[in-house]
Amino acid sequence: MKSLKTLVIAAALSLGAVSVGHAQAPAAAPAEAPVAATAANPAPIAADAAAPTAAPATTEAAVPAGDANYVPMKPTPGIGQPVAKGIDFQPQVSPVGEQAYWFNNVILLPVITVITLFVLGLLLWVVFRYRAKANPVPSKTTHNTFIEIIWTAIPVLILAVIAVPSIRLLAQQYEPPSKEALTIKVTGYQWYWGYAYPDQGIGEYVSKMLPEADAKAAGEPYQLAVDNRMVVPVGRQVKLIITGADVIHSFAVPAFWTKMDAVPGRANETTFTANKVGVFYGQCSELCGVDHGYMPIAVEVLPVDRWEAWVRSKGGNPAGPVTAVAAAAPAPAATPATTTTEAVPAAAPAAAPAATN
Amino acid sequence: MTDIAATAPAHGHADHAHDDHDHDTPGFFVRWFMSTNHKDIGTLYLIFAIVAGIVGGVISGMMRLELAEPGIQYLTGWAQFFDGAAGDVQGKHFWNVMITAHGLIMVFFMVMPAMIGGFGNWFVPLMIGAPDMAFPRMNNVSFWLTFVAFVMLVGSMFVPGGSGLGAGTGWTVYAPLSTSGSAGPAVDMAIFSLHLAGAASILGAINFITTIFNMRAPGMTIHKMPLFVWSVLVTAFLLLLALPVLAAAITMLLTDRNFGTTFYDAAGGGDPVLYQHLFWFFGHPEVYIMILPGFGIVSQIISTFSRKPVFGYLGMAYAMVAIGVVGFIVWAHHMFTVGMSVNLKMYFTAATMVIAVPTGIKIFSWIATMWGGSMSFKTPMVWSLGFIFMFTVGGVTGVVLANGGVDTNLHDTYYVVAHFHYVLSLGAVFSLFAGFYYWFPKMSGRMYNEFLGQLHFWIFFIGVNVLFFPQHFLGQQGMPRRYPDYPEAYAFWHLISSYGYVIMAVGVLIFFVNILWSLVAGKKAADNPWGEGATTLEWTLSSPPPFHQFNELPRIA
Repeated sequence: MKSLKTLVIAAALSLGAVSVGHAQAPAAAPAEAPVAATAANPAPIAADAAAPTAAPATTEAAVPAGDANYVPMKPTPGIGQPVAKGIDFQPQVSPVGEQAYWFNNVILLPVITVITLFVLGLLLWVVFRYRAKANPVPSKTTHNTFIEIIWTAIPVLILAVIAVPSIRLLAQQYEPPSKEALTIKVTGYQWYWGYAYPDQGIGEYVSKMLPEADAKAAGEPYQLAVDNRMVVPVGRQVKLIITGADVIHSFAVPAFWTKMDAVPGRANETTFTANKVGVFYGQCSELCGVDHGYMPIAVEVLPVDRWEAWVRSKGGNPAGPVTAVAAAAPAPAATPATTTTEAVPAAAPAAAPAATN
Repeated sequence: MTDIAATAPAHGHADHAHDDHDHDTPGFFVRWFMSTNHKDIGTLYLIFAIVAGIVGGVISGMMRLELAEPGIQYLTGWAQFFDGAAGDVQGKHFWNVMITAHGLIMVFFMVMPAMIGGFGNWFVPLMIGAPDMAFPRMNNVSFWLTFVAFVMLVGSMFVPGGSGLGAGTGWTVYAPLSTSGSAGPAVDMAIFSLHLAGAASILGAINFITTIFNMRAPGMTIHKMPLFVWSVLVTAFLLLLALPVLAAAITMLLTDRNFGTTFYDAAGGGDPVLYQHLFWFFGHPEVYIMILPGFGIVSQIISTFSRKPVFGYLGMAYAMVAIGVVGFIVWAHHMFTVGMSVNLKMYFTAATMVIAVPTGIKIFSWIATMWGGSMSFKTPMVWSLGFIFMFTVGGVTGVVLANGGVDTNLHDTYYVVAHFHYVLSLGAVFSLFAGFYYWFPKMSGRMYNEFLGQLHFWIFFIGVNVLFFPQHFLGQQGMPRRYPDYPEAYAFWHLISSYGYVIMAVGVLIFFVNILWSLVAGKKAADNPWGEGATTLEWTLSSPPPFHQFNELPRIA
């Protein structure tokens, strides 16, 4: 089944490539995407108990499974978005983000503050002690090999100490995604984002910034709020395959410590795992033309069962592509992904308990 | 300004210039438009840099005005100044034109011409005891190419560039936004402008290298050259090696745009990321090109006003060489989020952090130069002290950004904007002001006003810190660069930042008042107004120096 999954991704990506070729008609791609994705995924859908096992115990899993009525969540003030007069990083909700935040605020920031204050202190001291009035006759010293070695060696040591957690952080960011990771294909367009869930059979849909009045009405911050969010399950690793359709964009969500350029002709991969339910905003981070400032990103992190409900509301199958092992499960045969909306009330209660442990 | 050095005395100072009666001082047009005199060309460069600095500074003021509060207030109106029919889209395009123009003007037409063209031309020959540059006429060609390049860039703002008039690609001119993303001749004009500016710099670099290697006065060995000359020498090598790469990169942009090649187009087998590698292979040395002459200027000033020779001269000189060499192998830290392998990212993280070591050597050596000295705090010295501290602040945030893992969050945010303005707008520009006040008496023959100089420093110092320090906060909160508008939450620090601009602008006004007042009514400057600490050769000449100096070469013991 691995090959099937690869096929789906390939189909989705080639669609992106097509729209690169016809850069002036990006709107066509989202419309065609569902067809392509479902066509490439004709396999029968099974209640694959193995797929979402990565879901951790989460306290928010109160909503009964099988609820297909997805209502966009309200953002929590101060989480996943900037705060007025804020000076620190946004609160981090991913393991990599926590690690990076710790590295910056516990190691880097104190080190650079001490160095800066040390230099300032030395400057103030020489200004005070060696002003012409206090020291009318200058010394003739021109060098001192010992101290020159010291101020070369100590910075080297400090940098070596910094390098260890820095390299470790990089290694953590680049850990290959696990097999259970949820794959989302992200495409940057002038000037909106397209998201597709190839494994769930959700074709590309478009995410655009909400106009000011709509954002206010929805209780969301203007210039961050979007009409269709990227929706992911809490605690499960998400693998993003990112590309650009016309010019370079950059997908960024500060609360996940995630940023990756969307380069035409390239499929960049990055991962994040959100450990907290909520709405997390980001903004395009590579100059892409007139509306560069107006193509925000909103990621909604939901409890697993509600994420599954969202997937079904989108006409997808939360269990993703079928694996050979799943043959043991009593699955309805050959249910096309596009028709699962009707099948939800029946199929979901059976599948959900297994899926959410 | 035009009469800086315009009054070269007919009789030279003492021994050095007794035969400049041989040539009559040329007439106005020949002197200023066909100049072959390094001091006149240096003056032209300084005037040019000041004019370009005003243009770039006004643009940044417009940007801070627009950013003072959320929403788009002025852009459309400004765009209508260029194009009466401009609407909302053209307004937002004009924003991108402004960020592009501000970056290119400040880098290529303000800092570089002032540092290398201005102070380099003026003082490298004087400091090494040479009568002029090695290739005087090529020197003139360099200046006028720079001038035409600037005219081209400003002209590009009046021709179509895609969504509106002007090139809105950012100073980095990334493909494909600069190729398929920007129809119209504006981007072509901007690219030609860079070609010309680059050619001018390459010619200048050849001139400096030849002059420094071949025209030092007898006895001035390489290891006796003043550190400013060292800094220009290293800078010239960086220019010579980096700018051809930029020329190649933007030439490929031109052919992609106009002749159907696909160097940077994946659909034709090219790669947009190739452009970024080429650009930053030039771009990173470029930031050292902008700061190294500043290091040299500050070294001279610290030594002069501490009345003490530079501490660890050889370490200082070779630290600059090391910065120059390492500067060539760290470029991809500008592209940490472009999608590169983990090994590459680890390498560029480690290599970038290495630069902190020679930079630290310089900071500590400056402090050690003052240690045990007998310091006086004239305006140039105050600017140099400010330079050391501000450059340290900008340097340590550079260490933060060097970490590829941390940069994931901070990349292309205001944190980066704050960082590079601390090393450039507070680093390079402080050293420019320091050098200007230091050498103003030598260049013009008149003393500047000490009170106005000090006032200029303090107001400017407060202004730029209010302007740029809050941008660290904005960046950590997630505010991306190059946005004309922003969510409500960022409003507070943006407003503070805009206030900072106003304070800074008042400081700059005082600077201009000072120049004008000093040129008209400043006290006559002595040959060496700075006393025994000023030991380099330019202070042995009259103020201003004779039209031709060192017709009889000085001998260095």
